[in-house]
Amino acid sequence: MLVNRKLILAHFWLAFAVFGIALTLGAWQMFIRSPIGTWLSNPELYYRSLTAHGTVMGYVFPTLVAMGFGYAISESALEQRLVGVRWAWTGFWLIVIGSVMAVIPVALGRASVLYTFYPPLIGNVFYYLGVVLVVVGSWIWVALMSINLRVWRKAHPGAPVPLAMFANVAGAYLWAWTAVGAALELLLQIIPVAAGLKATIDAGLARVFFSWTLHAIVYFWLMPTYIAYYTIVPRAIGGRVYSDSMARISFILFLVVAMPIGMHHTFADPMVGAGFKFIHSAFTALVALPTLLTVFTICASVEIAARLRGGRGMFGWIRTLPWDNPMMLALAFSFVMLGFGGAGGLINMGYQLDASIHNTQWITGHFHLIFGGAIVIMYFAIAYDLWPHLTGRELIDLRLIRTQLWLWFIGMIVTTFPWHWVGILGMPRRMAYFDFGDPAIAPQALSVTFSAIGGFILLASGILFLVILARGMRAPQAEAGPYRFALAVHQPATVPIALNTHALWVALMIALTLTNYGYPILTLAMTEGTSVPAVYVGAQ
Amino acid sequence: MSTEETHGNGSASAEVAARVERRWATIAVIIIVMMALLAAFAGIHRATMPQPRVETTDPSRIHLSGEFVESNLGSVLEANGNVTVRAIGQQYSFTPACIVVPVDTPITLRATSADVVHGILIQGTNINTMLVPGYISEQLMRFARTGDYLMPCQEFCSFGHEGMWGKVKVIDKIEFAGRAKGGGRLSCVGQ
Ligand SMILES: [Cu+2]
Repeated sequence: MLVNRKLILAHFWLAFAVFGIALTLGAWQMFIRSPIGTWLSNPELYYRSLTAHGTVMGYVFPTLVAMGFGYAISESALEQRLVGVRWAWTGFWLIVIGSVMAVIPVALGRASVLYTFYPPLIGNVFYYLGVVLVVVGSWIWVALMSINLRVWRKAHPGAPVPLAMFANVAGAYLWAWTAVGAALELLLQIIPVAAGLKATIDAGLARVFFSWTLHAIVYFWLMPTYIAYYTIVPRAIGGRVYSDSMARISFILFLVVAMPIGMHHTFADPMVGAGFKFIHSAFTALVALPTLLTVFTICASVEIAARLRGGRGMFGWIRTLPWDNPMMLALAFSFVMLGFGGAGGLINMGYQLDASIHNTQWITGHFHLIFGGAIVIMYFAIAYDLWPHLTGRELIDLRLIRTQLWLWFIGMIVTTFPWHWVGILGMPRRMAYFDFGDPAIAPQALSVTFSAIGGFILLASGILFLVILARGMRAPQAEAGPYRFALAVHQPATVPIALNTHALWVALMIALTLTNYGYPILTLAMTEGTSVPAVYVGAQ
Repeated sequence: MSTEETHGNGSASAEVAARVERRWATIAVIIIVMMALLAAFAGIHRATMPQPRVETTDPSRIHLSGEFVESNLGSVLEANGNVTVRAIGQQYSFTPACIVVPVDTPITLRATSADVVHGILIQGTNINTMLVPGYISEQLMRFARTGDYLMPCQEFCSFGHEGMWGKVKVIDKIEFAGRAKGGGRLSCVGQ
């Protein structure tokens, strides 16, 4: 029962429109820093572009997808009209206004601080205020998801919350708390300086605040993808969810252990001691657990679909899977990229291995494989799955959809594998150009060229994606029926209260964050003499 | 796994599912514990741990007095035969821009930033640290081979970042000792 289709479509269209722009910028960046396009005379344009690409891909695009998908889940899984539609539109417009407000100083070259901010570099204040508005808009969504679930609970006392909504609300809470780190950094540290009220800033403390957000945000990006794994894929390929409770446990684990791990981003930093780095490293290992559980449960769910189609044998069933189904294809690609990206993540997790690749192109390769690859390809799949229900029209050309997914997968591999390689060779990231004439750097030229080609394959795939959706808006009308989620093999009649509510886990998430961040933040905040003069970007 | 569990009657197949899941969860936990143990082993056995102490310094005064004044930057041979290298990063260069060190010698790199966040990465090694203004980074290093290494700034430090490349020259021990005789601060800038 999707009533507020316009609201959901608005979120998805805006998400994919800004995604298209940021993707174009990304391809351009890879071109001009490669040996095939060394004609750029002004590297400053590169950093403007990089800031825009990162800000859109990191904050605006995934947030809008999570929000649009969240509203769709709320209406269809709970079978209840969305409560607070007017607030939902308010949140949407806050994001529109925030994005516009942020992008203008970026385009003018007054906020080239990348999406990770890097104080004491300070950009134009409107850039940060724009980002804050985007986050505030998304917090309205968090509140609405919580309220809608509460309304449903009141009407269905004790009933198991549908898995999709349980996961969706877990994702919303995770995001609300995750964003607090960067919010504190912006509100307490950066914005006062950007507004000219203060002239100094503690760069080390700011980096710790940001690390609070920077890793857990990835799990927020991941949530729609994992929800799709569990609640869309099995239904779309004619299977069942292997285990409803395993799914709930995975989402709870994300909620609890995704938060206190961000300091693995500061392994090489001087302002955090070895002890807290080790603790965060151990928690990073733990957060591999929900993914390992998910890989098992989804493979088992897919196997069920295959066996229902007559698949036999230890591995013979793989052949009988519906490989022409775009959802099956997207899942397989997503898992392959998750596998490689996850293996890279395990390498980044420990201080000893991280030292050889910290801040190199390896890291760029790693997170593009996870976010741009494993996560975004499922965003495509979600859109393809939802579109007929949002537009009342069918997406007919499955072959074109498969081509788009193939292109994305190939493009992502061609882009990120060479990045991993040059990263091992020690190529630093965030560089506008390289002197490929230097004999020490020349051997990396070929790899960088491959990455640039991969970038254009990705761009082609992205354009194709937008074309398919746009064509879907004009296809002949066809009622798609109610939007449904996958059922479990054993659909639960009752669920233990711990697996049906979030309160305990949210409390644990907050407590763990406070213990793992509280002490380092307090000691840094109380250390005298670590504030340094701000360096204003673009100022003469 | 067999097909029965997918259509089997309620409780029996649920039991199978629960058992298989438990097994997998155990394997997953073992994998994670193994990884943590490996990291701990590497950390303790090879003593590659992050710097234990947090040290601070006022970047607006580093040029005037203390450890990072210009005359104290570069490599110095300590009485015990170890070498200490002091360096700073600033937009958009390192000082000294070329670091000279002896091969096969314990070296302590102490560095900080004079303005924004920078990073030191020595290509072909796992020497990799951030320079955060206000804080001192310390990194232990040791080179097994002589030769020239590139040392780019690995952290975005504004528009000139891509031009911020230092060098490391690893030379013979005896040659280094000869140059260090006077007790001065060595670098290979201009060589
Ligand atoms: Cu730099």
